[in-house]
Amino acid sequence: MSPVVTAEAVWSALAGVEDPEIPVISLVDLGVIRGVSVDGGHVHVEFTPTFLGCPALEVMRARMTEAIEDLGAEAEIEVVMDDSWSTDRITPEGREKLRAGGFAPPAPREAGMPRLVQLRSGAFRCPYCGSTATTLENIFGPTPCRSIRYCTACRQPFEQFKTI
Amino acid sequence: MDGPERQRLLAIADDELVLGWRDSEWTGIAPVLEEDVAFSSIAQNEIGHARAIYQLLSDDADALAFDRPPEEYRSAQLVELRFVPDWARTIARRVLYEAADELRLRTLMASDDRAVAGLAAKVDREEAYHRMHAEMWHDRLRDEPRYLAAVDELFPYTLAMADPDDHETLIARFEPKTRPSNTVLQAHARGTHADGWVELWAEMTEVRRSVPGARW
Repeated sequence: MSPVVTAEAVWSALAGVEDPEIPVISLVDLGVIRGVSVDGGHVHVEFTPTFLGCPALEVMRARMTEAIEDLGAEAEIEVVMDDSWSTDRITPEGREKLRAGGFAPPAPREAGMPRLVQLRSGAFRCPYCGSTATTLENIFGPTPCRSIRYCTACRQPFEQFKTI
Repeated sequence: MDGPERQRLLAIADDELVLGWRDSEWTGIAPVLEEDVAFSSIAQNEIGHARAIYQLLSDDADALAFDRPPEEYRSAQLVELRFVPDWARTIARRVLYEAADELRLRTLMASDDRAVAGLAAKVDREEAYHRMHAEMWHDRLRDEPRYLAAVDELFPYTLAMADPDDHETLIARFEPKTRPSNTVLQAHARGTHADGWVELWAEMTEVRRSVPGARW
């Protein structure tokens, strides 16, 4: 007889799945799990990709499946390709974990698209010393989700989560 | 999905795939290190957008991306041209492509098909960063004769790529000195391919063709 799995147990298991490229944060912190439904031993997860070109997506899928199978359930991961994920879905706990890990969390989304003048403004805070004396080095970075900034106060380059 | 709507989405996916390929040719050899990073990341995004659109159109995105003969691709000549090592043309293409792409994404975001509109909105939010990159370089090079000549040369290709309904808006986005002196489009129409396209197709599909049916 297969054990009965609860949605709470699934959420808890998914909270233990790390982002493959930013291991300080879990997939639940990242806000990419849009929904979990359980029917006996069958678990359905709605998953929203972050950036479409992100190679971590396949790894995330595999790790979610594994975490659910470890509960003794069968996993079905549905990838939802709409624009329902944004960086505003990262939880407050997730933002704090990012900052502590040296990644500046994304600025909140505003009406309209982000603009170059904003990226060049002093609205971004260094995750190491807290100064806002930071400059844009590169809109792009080592992964699709990050930009590179430089803190002129503590002279440290850092990775800034893009707002999308 | 079939008919003209499918052909339109396929054209966009093919543009993103092929431009992603061309942009990735700068990885490791861009004029400055930061542009190595930027072009690699932009290329990765564009190929990710292509994959997402192919997935809307097919259960097997790889087959759609790589198993067609070269004449069946719907990519525009603008994205097929090989520019390495010409930075002026490369930047002119990025600037022109992003301007035209923004207009067609706006049309898709208004689609009655929710899957299409939702995906277009997601793509658009990523493309906003490509547009900022293009704007930064346009501002830096706007007084450089080589850059202005490249914009003038590539503008007809861009109009051939864009929806005819967007032409007026597209031209109006550029200040007078970067508007095209020539808008003869016939030579570059979608469905025809640029010199070098078959060689690029052969390179893109080489691994896939080497062991048909293999899972990588």
